[in-house]
This record gives sequence, structure tokens and C-alpha cells, in this order.
Amino acid sequence: MKLLSYFRGEAFQRGVHPPGCKHTADTPIRRLPFAPRLVVPLSQHIGKPSRPIVRVGEEVLRGQPIAEADGWLSVPQHAPATGVVEAIELRPSARGPWTECIVIRVYEASTQEVLWGTPQDIDAFPPQEIVLAVQRTGMVGLGGAAFPSHAKLTVPEGARVETLVVNGCECEPYLTCDHRVMVEQAADLMTGIRHAMRATGASRAIIGVEDNKPAAAEAMRRALPPQGNIFVEEVPTKYPQGSEKMLITALFGVEVPSGKLPLSLGMVVNNVGTLAALGRLLPAGQGLVERVVTVTGPGVARPGDYRVPLGTPISFVLDHAGAPASVANNARQVILGGPMMGQSVASLDVPVTKGVSGVLVFRGEDMTGREGRKTYPCIKCGECVESCPMGLNPSMLGMLAARREYDAMGEQYHLGDCFECGCCTYTCPSNIPLVQQFRVAKQILREKAAA
Amino acid sequence: MKASVEIRSAPHIKGPRSVEQIMANVVYSLAPVCAFFVYQYGISAAASILVVTAACLLAERAFVRSGTQAGSLSDFSATITGLLLALTLPPGFPLWMGAVAGVAAIALGKALFGGIGFNVFNPALVGRAFVQAAFPAAIATYTPSFLPGRFTQFIPSSLAWPLMAPADAAAWLKAMQFDALASATPLAKWKFEGALTAIDDLLTALSGHIASGPSPLLILTCGAYLALRRFMDWRIPVAVLGSAGLAAWLIHLADAKYPDAFFVLSSGGLVLGAVYMATDMATSPVTPRGMWLYGGLIGVLTVVIRYYSGLPEGVMYAILIGNAATPLIERVTQPTPFGKGVSIQARKSASYTLHPDYISREEAGAKTPKKRFLKNKGKS
Repeated sequence: MKLLSYFRGEAFQRGVHPPGCKHTADTPIRRLPFAPRLVVPLSQHIGKPSRPIVRVGEEVLRGQPIAEADGWLSVPQHAPATGVVEAIELRPSARGPWTECIVIRVYEASTQEVLWGTPQDIDAFPPQEIVLAVQRTGMVGLGGAAFPSHAKLTVPEGARVETLVVNGCECEPYLTCDHRVMVEQAADLMTGIRHAMRATGASRAIIGVEDNKPAAAEAMRRALPPQGNIFVEEVPTKYPQGSEKMLITALFGVEVPSGKLPLSLGMVVNNVGTLAALGRLLPAGQGLVERVVTVTGPGVARPGDYRVPLGTPISFVLDHAGAPASVANNARQVILGGPMMGQSVASLDVPVTKGVSGVLVFRGEDMTGREGRKTYPCIKCGECVESCPMGLNPSMLGMLAARREYDAMGEQYHLGDCFECGCCTYTCPSNIPLVQQFRVAKQILREKAAA
Repeated sequence: MKASVEIRSAPHIKGPRSVEQIMANVVYSLAPVCAFFVYQYGISAAASILVVTAACLLAERAFVRSGTQAGSLSDFSATITGLLLALTLPPGFPLWMGAVAGVAAIALGKALFGGIGFNVFNPALVGRAFVQAAFPAAIATYTPSFLPGRFTQFIPSSLAWPLMAPADAAAWLKAMQFDALASATPLAKWKFEGALTAIDDLLTALSGHIASGPSPLLILTCGAYLALRRFMDWRIPVAVLGSAGLAAWLIHLADAKYPDAFFVLSSGGLVLGAVYMATDMATSPVTPRGMWLYGGLIGVLTVVIRYYSGLPEGVMYAILIGNAATPLIERVTQPTPFGKGVSIQARKSASYTLHPDYISREEAGAKTPKKRFLKNKGKS
């Protein structure tokens, strides 16, 4: 079956099938109230941190820019709520190090209507102007990578984009935020796709959806514009389909050459959440002040997709979703993102940023199954080789990593192609932390290369 | 009250498969094969299986206790070694020699290299090779299957005292009114007497009084269970049997004095070796292409050893040579990383062409891409 779908060009090779656990797929998106204090980090994206343009004590309106882009690979930040700037100081970030943040004390009596922003007629803009307008919205890839969207929509000199690939796979278990956005904001998504196609000069757009989300595909098919240059394609469910290279293989039966971008095939890949948000923000001329976050996991009493103001502390989100800190006095794990690639947070004061697609809570008893597992030496069963979507040999890489032969890993065994999807660790019967070792090895190689 | 949060590195979920599960399933799949072996040879076979497996488990326990290696008895890997070793030994093999074989298998085949996962050679075959060198007469002494009274009476050689010569099987058989030819394996009969055994007798091993192991058909069925549940890689048995069959067929074409491919495939330990021995995970390549090469090497070597050496059977040495070649095979068959192989050319059958030759559906000649997915196909 697997082989057949490969020869028919339907799927990428290898990969894994973790249980979906998409319990919140049918619950509509709900709005989360405003936390008393919102913490807006100046670096929520890949690239240079933004530069604050407000002072401590200044009153800000919801949607008002509070930090400007510092250079090309940077985006502005907007006030997620009406209130007063209480501090501009270092606060803990999800990754660990403290980063500079703007802290806003929210006015409780405010209506919190977005009053900032002037409607603009994007259809009259030339492509370069659309890209600039995208930058003004502060948009970054909402799928999790948080790469500035305007940089992604910029077609470099000499390159030509024919196809806009819209990534609606959401292959991570538990997460359903993209699914709900596709169902509820299909019209916004089509607007966003239209503008993105004009910005890049693409002549067609293909929306790739995994076939475990028929409702989303149906909703988007109904919203398709009559021009017929946007297609909705269901691809077989498999992790990590949401990686842009895997999705391109599933749709076009071609592999993006190693070390190159999809741009080399005339393609630009964008997440559905990003384009749906752009479709809403661009015509209104507003900035990104909130995003849809899936709050789920066995430790959450009221799981669901919430529209969360950016900067809301995780503890506030969990209180409202029914996982208050006061109840869970036993050990637990809070993950930002999905269970395969998400990041555990060290502190619940960390805010929701633009790249956070989910908040996942595992209780102590959910983790014991994993902890009780014994780690064996590699028995060379080959499961990791059969699951690595990049066609690497994780078994060999793991043995080299244990011996700290990082140079051999990079030069002979293509460690640089690993994008840390975690399939090898997921599938390893010996319970060897393969991808964790590869992360260390990649970091050491990066440091060596920089030195 | 402060909640404590734990920090871990992704992925935060784990697949269901574990080493114990894989090994336990191999043991389950071996149960019918062992039962058939006991049905063929009676209590001698049962005692042999028990003693050899117990020896393996005791040796494993001693080495794990010594703290030099990972693993435990509950991972079932030593049980597999014991069962497989017992199945490769003649049913009337003296029990004390069986115990020696079991201890040698674990000590020399596994513990010496560092325990589970580190062994270079299949431990069961190391044990068998050890006793083949140590006790060449006893290991070549087979008795016919389905003897009357096999469930009440031991084959006398089984009960030999340690370090004593076993009772003469030929004399015992004569007393039971069987001629000595009946106790030769089909391969030895062919090699030394030029007599072929019927294929269906070989495949089912059900007809009386031939000295063969468990039925190849039964072993293939049990192997199919493992392969379908993906506890074993299907490529290796297919490669071993395919290459052995092909080599035998070509040689048969060139010189008709050699038997046809079916005899080669269904006789001796080839099927057991292909399904259970060559597929030992630790000693076979992890790369898919390497598996084909490794299996092919074993198949061809088996036929070459059987035809052109002094030994009637060559599966054991072929697999041991294949094990030795595994690191080299892996080195030359590393998988091609994504985006570096031939598939950077677009497949014609893909859902969408790489470069659109139309802008809109209204344009002349424009085609809607053909749907290739069944809507909502049932996901298991």
C-alpha cells in the first residue's frame, strides 16, 4: 500500500503515523479574555528583534504599533490590547534565555476594539507594495517557524514563482488550530491566497490538506473563487507532511534538491493560518494582535481552540482552559507546539507568541508510560531508517553521536539534512534519544563552522 | 501552590513498539515451529529445546548480572537464541552437548561482543558452529522422524552422560528395524548417495521417517506473520530464497546432475535460516538496499557450499559469512538522502505537473488535474 502510493506520486516516502488525538477538531474557536498584563517579546520571529517605539507609561490602543521592524528581516509588533506600557524589560522566553519585552497593563474597562488601521485596497497595489503591506501587519509564519511572511513572499531577482503551495496539513498530533481556521475562515483564506498570489506572481495556488480533515477540505472547496486557479488537494495523512519539502513531494512527486528552497522549483509555501490572518488583516490595514492556539492534552479540562491575544501568559491560558496551576501540584509537562516538535516550557509566565500553535499539557501519569521504558543498545532493527523522511540513516548517526564523531556525521552521513522531525526517536524500539543527540551534534557542528 | 513543570526534549510522544515486544512476538511465532519439531521427534526434541534454552537463559543471566552489558532475561532475546539453536541441532543430540552449545552461543556469540545489539554474528549459529567443530560426529547423526514410541522413549544418544560418547544411533535404529539410510538428512542423501527426496515430503515434513527439521511451509507461515506485523523485514527472506533459487536453477540448467531449485529451497535448514536466522536484526544491515545484497549473498553462498564443498549443508556458514560482511555492505549501501537522488526529477504520475501550462480553466486545452485520492478512504 505504502509502495503503491509512492509510485502513484501521492505521498512522500517513509514517515510515521502517530495517533491523531485531534479531540478539539469539532469545537469552534472561542475567544480568550484579556489577561491583566500582556508581555510582548520584541523577538517573536526569526531575524532581528524589533525596536520599541513606545515609552514606559505611554497609553497604547489595541492594534497600535509599539515596535518597528529593525531592517528587512524583521517585523513590527502591535499592542495586543488597549492599556498602558508598564515596563520594557527582560522577561523569560519559551526557549529559556530572557529577552526584552514590552509589558502592557490592560485597561479593564476598554472595549478592546481594534481601532487602529486604515482600510486599504490591496487589489490596486503593485506586488512590491503588497509585500510591504504584509510587513506592516507584523505577520510571521503562524505554523510554528515564525519566519517573517513578507520575506517569504518576496521573489528574489531572477527567480520566478508559478505555484503558491498552501500548507494545511497540520500533521502534528493534538493540534487543530489550522483545521478550525480552514473551516471557519475559508473566505479570509481565499482573500489571503489571492493577495499572496499577486505578491509572488504565482498563477495557481494548491492547498494541501491531510485527508483526516475532510470538513476543512469541504469548507475550502465551497469557498473557492470562480476563477479556478486555486485547488484543494487531499494528501494521505502522515507525519511530517507539514514540512514544506514533504508536502511538495506529496503534491508534485518531486523532491526539492538538498540544500535548496522550494523557490528553485518555482514554488512558495505558506501556512493556512498565516494566509487566513493576512486575508483578514491586509484589507483592514491592521496588525497581528491575536492568533488561534490549540489548548489541549490529557491535563486540560476544557480543551479547545482559543483566539488568544499575543502576549498572554501561558498560566492565564491554562487557568481558562481548565488546567489551573493550583490543582496540578504534581509534576507535569507543558509544551508549546505539537508533541512531535514542540518545546517544553520551563516557566508558565512565558507569553503566547506569534509562533505558538498549541499549548499541550501532559500530566505526570501520562508521562510514566514513556519514563518506564528501558533504553536498550541499538538492535539495528532499521525502523528509524524506514521512518526518516529525509532518507538518512539515524541508526548509524546515533552510534556516531554516542562516540562523539560529529564531523563524520556531518560529512558522510548528511546530518545537515536532518530537520529534527523526531520520527526516529518516536519509532525507536530501543528507546534511544536519537533526534536529541542529533540536535546536540548539529549545534556543535554549527559552532565549529562559526569558529 | 506552585506547580512543578518538567522540561524535556521533543518528541514528547513515543511509538508503541519496544524491543521486548519485537522479541516476544518472535518467540510466539516460533512456538508452532517448536511444537511441530516435538511432534516429529517426541520427547527427545522437547528435552533438547528445554535444555538448550535453559542453558542460554542461565548464561545470559550470568553475564547480565556481571554488569558488563545491557539487556535482561525479560527481553526474550536469549530465549530466541535458545529456541533457534535447538531447532538447528539434531533431535537426538546429547543433552549435555546441547547445554554446551547454549552456553557457547551466549558467551561467544553475544556476551563477548557486549550483549544485545552489539553481536556481530548470530549467537545461535555461533553456538551451532562451536558444537559442529567440537562434536562433529554427534551433530551429523540424525534420526528419522515419526518413529513409533517417540513420545515415551528418548533417542538413546540424548541421554549420554557428560563427556561420554553417546550411544550408537545406528545400532538403535537397527534394533528398531530401520536401515541406516533412513537417518541421513535429505541433503546428505543427495550429496553422498545421489538420492532425491520428493518435494512435497520436504515441504510438509509430514511423511514418515525422513530426517528433516520442521516443515518449511510452517516456518514460512510463521515468518509471514512476523513480516506482516513488521517485526521482521520481509526483504531478507525474499532475497535469500530468491537468490538461492535462482543460483540453483542456473546451475541446474548448466549441469543436470545438480538437483532443481525446488529441492534446494525446501531441503535442509534454508527456510529456517532465511526466515529466522538471517533476519536477526543486530547482525543484518539496516539499509534496505543492504538487506537485498546481504540476502542475495547468503542465498548464493548456501548453494555454492552445498554443491562444491565437502559439507552437505551450507546455510550456517553462509549466514555467518553474511554477518561478517554486514558492516561492509552497510557502508556501500547507505540510503540516498531526500533531494539528492533520482527523484529530484518529477514523477509523471504526480497529482500536479511541476510547471503549470495554464493560467485558468477557461483557457483552451486546460485540464483539471485528475483526482488520485479516494475521498476519505478508510484509515486503519
